[in-house]
Amino acid sequence: MTATALVQTAALSKRAVVRTARQPANVVFPLIFPMLLFAVNAGGLKAETQLPGFPTSSFVAFALAVPFVQGALLATINANVEFARDIQTGFLNRLALTPVRGIVLLFGQLGGLVTIAVVQAVFYLAVGLAFGVRLQSGVAGAAMLLLLETCIALAFASLGSWAALRTGSTEAVQGLFPVFFVFLFLSSMNIPRNLIEADWFRWVATVNPVSYLIEAVRALVITGWDWETIGLGFAVAAGLTIAGFALATHALWNRLERT
Amino acid sequence: MTDAISVARGVSWRVLHTFFTNKAFLLPSVMFPLFFFTAFVGGLSRISQVPGFDFPTGYTAFQFVFVLLQSAAFAGVFTGFGIARDFETGFMRRLMLAAPNRSGILLGYVFSALVRWATVAVVVTIVALLAQMKIGGNGVDLFGLYVLALLLNLAGALWAAGVAMRLRSQQAAPVMQMPVFLLLFFAPVYVPLNLLEGWIHGVATVNPITALLEAGRGFISGRPELTLAAFAIAAGLILGFAAWAFRGLRRAEAAG
Repeated sequence: MTATALVQTAALSKRAVVRTARQPANVVFPLIFPMLLFAVNAGGLKAETQLPGFPTSSFVAFALAVPFVQGALLATINANVEFARDIQTGFLNRLALTPVRGIVLLFGQLGGLVTIAVVQAVFYLAVGLAFGVRLQSGVAGAAMLLLLETCIALAFASLGSWAALRTGSTEAVQGLFPVFFVFLFLSSMNIPRNLIEADWFRWVATVNPVSYLIEAVRALVITGWDWETIGLGFAVAAGLTIAGFALATHALWNRLERT
Repeated sequence: MTDAISVARGVSWRVLHTFFTNKAFLLPSVMFPLFFFTAFVGGLSRISQVPGFDFPTGYTAFQFVFVLLQSAAFAGVFTGFGIARDFETGFMRRLMLAAPNRSGILLGYVFSALVRWATVAVVVTIVALLAQMKIGGNGVDLFGLYVLALLLNLAGALWAAGVAMRLRSQQAAPVMQMPVFLLLFFAPVYVPLNLLEGWIHGVATVNPITALLEAGRGFISGRPELTLAAFAIAAGLILGFAAWAFRGLRRAEAAG
């Protein structure tokens, strides 16, 4: 990537961040909603820690992984709704007439989204620490957590950008929310996979990539440097990013060809 | 009165026609309760092995009651979304001009919420029975459970209608949805009240939905408890939110 392309990417990323920051609902909702679900689950499922084999005595620590993944998901939806609006209003078409390279449009969008997700992650981490959670992986684990969150956000963002570019419709991108939500709830978000009683649900949680993202974050919080789990999380995030990015790039080329 | 009924019939027919013919409205209403039922029953059934969890008819029945009440409340809230949409599109203004009795408009929306929920309840019940849910209660107990859910549906619809009549915008959706979501989830959703600890126990104890949930679970297990309190709370919610909704209607009329 040339210096010019980097400058263009930074400018578009900044625009994506500023646009989100200017809409309080897009800032507050992704911060508050995961925290509400976290509060509900941490309080309501505390009894789970009495199950034999439960990995920690603190359900707050166990549940803290969920807001990281859910927050990345919400940030993705909100930012890509705005991206779809850019397509609907013709902004992307006008931008395509400038010397900005197509791929920079995508990098700019993803860069802005990842920035928002990382800011959210810092907030969730601060809330967790305020509620007495101590990362078993230490201070370096916190840095690793933010790196992992960046990868998770990038994965969701690239898939969301593909949806925005493919459909060019804000409604279609908003429609992704229930889909992502289903993936979240049909994962190991509330209970470790080995403790899931129903075989079919354990199977669904095992084939669900979101389980590995949650478990990687959770490992950094409650286990420490469990490289296998952390590595799996990064691998899943990288796989989703590559798939999403390839699809988004293809959709972008198609869209720019049409214009 | 005749005018109100004929207006209510017209409004509810229109709402229900839209609901049953548009997949975008029908599917989420049916799928979300099913999804919660699946996720909770499938993923969390091991919780029934926690010491102190003594619900006699198993975790499927335990969660079924929550999902049934949740679907009832949200069918009411979704009706409020429809009212807000009708304000935004200008349909409500025309409806108010045409209706000889405007209270019938509100009654029509509330009746449509009941039918919407009844549809969802049938689907959720069939799925629960297919999932081999155990039922300890008799016919009267089950009747009590469904009536309780129906009352919650009424309360939810009146609450959301009151908000929609005042704010008259689809942007009011979180205002309708979030308090209901919080009330439902700050009740003993996953485990009985006695297994909750700390702040959530305190919140659940004073949460009115807790009594409804516990009464519903008493009905399905055949060990009714808190029945009178639950029906009194439901009646109180309906009366309070009926006043809220009708005053909202008057405000909407005044706003033109």
